[in-house]
Order: sequence, then C-alpha cells, then structure tokens
Amino acid sequence: MQPDTDPPIAEFRATTKMFGEVGAARDLNLSIRKGEFLSFLGPSGCGKTTALRMLAGFEAPTSGDVLIDGERVNDLPAHRRPVNMVFQHYALFPHLDVTDNISYGLRQRRPRPAAAEVAQAVEQALETVRLPGYGRRRIWEMSGGQQQRVALARAIINQPKILLLDEPMAALDRKLRRDMQIELQSLQRSLGITFILVTHDQEEALSMSDRICIMRAGRIVQIGSPRELYDRPNSRYVADFVGKSNFFAGTVSRVEATGTALAVAGGLRIIGTAAPGLAPGQTASASLRPEQISLAHGTTTADGTTCVPVRVVNRIFLGEHTEYLVQHDDLGAFLVLVPRQAEASEGSFEPGEPAFAIWRDGTALILPEDA
Amino acid sequence: MRLYALAVYLFLYIPIGIIALFSFNAGRYAAQLQGFSTKWYGIALNNPFVVDALHTSAVVAATSSTLATIFGTLAALALPSVRGPLRTIIDALIYIAVMVPGIVIGIATLIALVTVFGWLNPLLVALWPFAEAAPQLSMGYGSLVAAHGLFAIALVIIIVRARIAGMDRSLIEASDDLGATPWGTFRQVTLPQIFPGMLAGFLLSFTFSFDDFIIAFFVAGSKTTLPIYVFSSIRRGVTPEINAIGTMVLAVSLGLLVIAQFILQRGRRPTT
Ligand SMILES: Nc1ncnc2c1ncn2[C@@H]1O[C@H](COP(=O)(O)OP(=O)(O)OP(=O)(O)O)[C@@H](O)[C@H]1O
Ligand SMILES: [Mg+2]
Repeated sequence: MQPDTDPPIAEFRATTKMFGEVGAARDLNLSIRKGEFLSFLGPSGCGKTTALRMLAGFEAPTSGDVLIDGERVNDLPAHRRPVNMVFQHYALFPHLDVTDNISYGLRQRRPRPAAAEVAQAVEQALETVRLPGYGRRRIWEMSGGQQQRVALARAIINQPKILLLDEPMAALDRKLRRDMQIELQSLQRSLGITFILVTHDQEEALSMSDRICIMRAGRIVQIGSPRELYDRPNSRYVADFVGKSNFFAGTVSRVEATGTALAVAGGLRIIGTAAPGLAPGQTASASLRPEQISLAHGTTTADGTTCVPVRVVNRIFLGEHTEYLVQHDDLGAFLVLVPRQAEASEGSFEPGEPAFAIWRDGTALILPEDA
Repeated sequence: MRLYALAVYLFLYIPIGIIALFSFNAGRYAAQLQGFSTKWYGIALNNPFVVDALHTSAVVAATSSTLATIFGTLAALALPSVRGPLRTIIDALIYIAVMVPGIVIGIATLIALVTVFGWLNPLLVALWPFAEAAPQLSMGYGSLVAAHGLFAIALVIIIVRARIAGMDRSLIEASDDLGATPWGTFRQVTLPQIFPGMLAGFLLSFTFSFDDFIIAFFVAGSKTTLPIYVFSSIRRGVTPEINAIGTMVLAVSLGLLVIAQFILQRGRRPTT
C-alpha cells in the first residue's frame, strides 16, 4: 500500500447520487490509496453498490465528482475506464466458453492483440485463479465457485488500475467463501492492484481489508483500518457493526482527561473514553465489548474496577471462548466472553446461577447516540 | 374424460393422417387404397402450375419473414426505451395485429391497397417521363409480402421482446466494463442472446406465410400461392396429387415449427 502522501488512485469529492427522491449516496468524500484493499461495509440499501457503480461508470453522480488516477471521470463511459468489475452474480457470457469469456476484455482492445498473445494471457489468468485446463468448458458446466474464478480471471487479465468487487462471495457457501477470501487477499497482494470490495459481511470486511469504509443511509460514517474501527468506533452504529458489543444508554455526568463518566440505570456509573465533543448532560451509550468483561463467582472491591451482580441466562461454547448471556436487574441482558483458561481457574458458570460481572474502569467507550 | 380427449384428438388428426396416407396411394382414386407408391409426388413436382405456385409461396414466405425478422427485431430492441401511454398503445396494437382474424387482414389490406393504387396509378401515368406505357401498381408479390409481413412483424416483436426481457442486464454492463463499445456490445452480447428468438420468429413467420390461404386469397392478385392452387384444384376433385402437395406442405410446416420450438426451448436453458 502506498503512503498517505502519494496521489490517490481514486477519489470521491462531495459525490451525491439521487434516484428521484432517494439519496442512494450522499456527499461521499473518500480518497482511495493505490494498492490498498478497501471495503465498503454497511447494511442492505445503504448505497455501497451505488458508490461502486459510480467508479465503474454505470451511474453518473448527480453532483460532486468522481476521480480516477487524478482525472475527473464523471462523464467517461464505463468502457473507457481503466477499472474492471466482478459482478455479484458473475455476469459471465453464457454463449461463450471459459476462454472466450476471459479473453473478452483483451479482444476489445484496438489494435487487437495477437491471438498467441491473448491465448497466453488466458492461460496465465487461468493459472492465477487455479483453473488450468478448464478453458474449453461451457459456463453452465462450472460450479458456482469455479464461475466466480472465471469472473475474477476475466477482470484481472485486463490489469485494471482498480478491481471492483460487488459482494463476490454472497452466492458461495460458508466454507468456500472462507477459502475465496484468503485467495482474494493473497491475489491482491501479489498483483498489487487496488481492490474495492462491497460487502455486508463484517467478518469478511474485517479479515480482508486494509481499510473499511462504513456506510449508513447513503453516507460514509467512518473510515479506518479494521483495528481502528474496532478499537475506536466513532458512533454506536459503527461499534455495533464492527464486532459484537454491549450498549448501555445513559447521560454523560462528568468529562475529564482521566475518563468520562456515564450515569446509567440503577445509579450505576460507567467510566470510559469519550468520543470528542461529548458534554455533560448529553445522552450517550457506553460500549463494552464482551471480551472486556469477566465473570467471577465472588465479588471484588479492587480499585479501578466495577463489579455488578448478575444471573447467568445462557451459555454458548465457542471453543477457545465461552459466551455467556447474563442478566442484571438494572442494566438488562448483556454478553460476556470468557476465555478458556479463565474458566479453568474460576470454574464454569451454569445457567440460572448468580455471578458477578467485572470490568476495568476506563475500558468502555462513551459514544454519542446516533443522529 | 380421457376417452373424450382421445376422441377430440382422433377427430383432429385422422383427416390429416388420411391425407398423408392417400398421398402414397398407387391408385388414381382418392377413395380406395391400391398399394404403396410415391408417384403422385413425382407428378405433383412435375406439374408446372404446382412448381410455379410453390415458387411464389417460397418467395413470398422468405421475403416477408426476412423483412419481418429484421424490422421486428429492431422494434423489439427500441421498445424498452418507450414509456408511458404511448407504450401501452403500441403494446396493444402489437397484440391486436396477432389476434385479428386473417379474413379481416385480407379484406382490409385489399381495400387499402386498391384505394391507394387507385390514387397513385393515374398520377404515375401523368408523371411518367418515358415513351412506353407507365407501369401500373397492382396486387401481386408486393401486396402478399406486405400483408404477410404485417402479421409476421408482430409475431417477431413478441418473441424477440420476450428474449430481451429474459436477458440478464448485467451481461451488457459486463461487456461495457470490459471495454466493448456500444456497437461491440450489441454485436457480441445482445445479438447472440436474442438470436434464438429471431430465428424462431423467422421460422414461425415463414410457416405462417407458407400456409396462409385466407389473406393470400384476397391480396394475391394474379399470383397463385400453393394454398390458393390447392384450393382451386380441389374444385375439380381431390386427387392423390393434391394429397401429396398437402403432405409436403404439412411436412415443411411441422418441421419448421419443431425447429422453432427447439430453438426457443434451448434458449431458455439456465445459465447461472
Ligand atoms: N437504479 C435505481 N433506481 C432507483 N433506486 C435505486 C437504484 N439503484 C439503487 N437504488 C436505491 O438506492 C439505495 C442504495 O442502493 P444500493 O444498491 O447502492 O444499496 P446496497 O448498499 O448495495 O444494498 P445491498 O447490500 O442490498 O446490495 C437503495 O435505497 C435503492 O433502493
Ligand atoms: Mg448492493
């Protein structure tokens, strides 16, 4: 990935796309770095595909600009843009075999590349997507996973400046999806092409991307590396979307450099780090990740911790961890993730049992309620 | 219920079967079977009137279905961009064109053409700059092709439009994305996708024109198509020769229909 200072490979500048009254994308501002793996993540209908299609050239922005490699491309038709797309349902040409599908892009070039050259490039592309020898197959003779590889080969053979992927894994089963994610990621590293992926699968985005752009109702809510988004979400929406979290609503009672206190139900106070701009008296939510909370059979009065009595409601065994759903009289139900060795020392907790939930003060994030 | 259905089928197909059977009759009377022979086919195909009628029918069918396929396809491609009330009207007209009885098309075309020729012919005479007599517009190939083409074009539009509607729009976007110009996309993606529809439309149009008697009867003028020939000879009695002609027409029509059906079915093969 290039350093921040190099010119971006693509940019949205105050880009808005309206479909009649519907603002599919509103005021997008985003610089895409050369060689990075960027994901658009968000729920259905939030405008991910629209953003991607504006880069591909299938939609023109209603206002604002789209730039590719420093050039304003608002009115450049798709067939003249140096980007290629892998479609959600692959959109392979059913009347052409695998080879002719893959070579399609090269065969559109003028002057036409030599047949031997094309054949060799196809050979190599098939190698890259690990489908050697499948060249003369018909499309409908290929499995879903194989079709997706063909779609990928058809796009990368053109050596685009940006590869756009619209939920390419949505039609694959879980196991295959996992394999393809790993393959896509290593492919991106080895080709050095900028990848832009659209997905509503947070795990997919977290595991594959250098940066994630979280969208909501046509707007970009936050951009950052997976770790940044996980550790420092700027809103309850992001914290909820990236990983699991417990939220406790309350009112900001004190803001200090050492920590912000949030008064929540039952006279309890949760101390945490606040997002900038929070003032006392404002309503906000404290976000505590399940792994930031521990469970104990006995209470503790250790300094700098909060300990509340709970009742175990449910237990889900996850291998290395056990996830407990516990109930507090005032805070309600929340999740606690207990690692295996902690359970070994503390013993396990049975549903129905009383226990104590403990967290260190300051670990919570105090986030503004979503506008 | 089953028996009833069986009876209906027998009623429908026995006459056709009998025609085919008697066309191979060695005897000269249509009423009694006298051994197997293909001589009536030979006689029919050596009859200059039959050959002439066959030629007329083939030319009219080929011309009208070719024109209908070209213009019907163009119309079907353009229609998706027409919206609103105009679209509703066009759609209705297309379906009406297919449903109007042949006799109405025949009479209407006849009256329309006679009227137009009535206006144009004196004009032609008046404006003709050469010494010889001016040519006169009259019923014939032109009117046959026009009347058959009219019906066939609606048929082609309906069939091709169904293909276009069933086509995955993202294929066109994929082609665009891969650098094909709009014309390149049309040639390499759209056309191969709708081609089965065009071919099926062509074959159905051809069959329709080749078999048609009613419309042709009104607008053929001095021309004799095969169905018209058959009709006029029947007045002199049904001969095994007529049976042979009927069987040949049947074979050609059925063959084309089966091919058309096969193409349409194959075009529907699932792809993703
Ligand atoms: N061609 C269109 N005409 C009208 N509205 C559209 C069109 N395309 C998208 N929209 C609307 O724009 C909004 C964003 O759509 P978009 O396809 O970008 O969502 P998405 O984030 O990709 O969702 P999904 O995860 O379901 O694919 C939606 O409300 C959608 O209904
Ligand atoms: Mg989408």
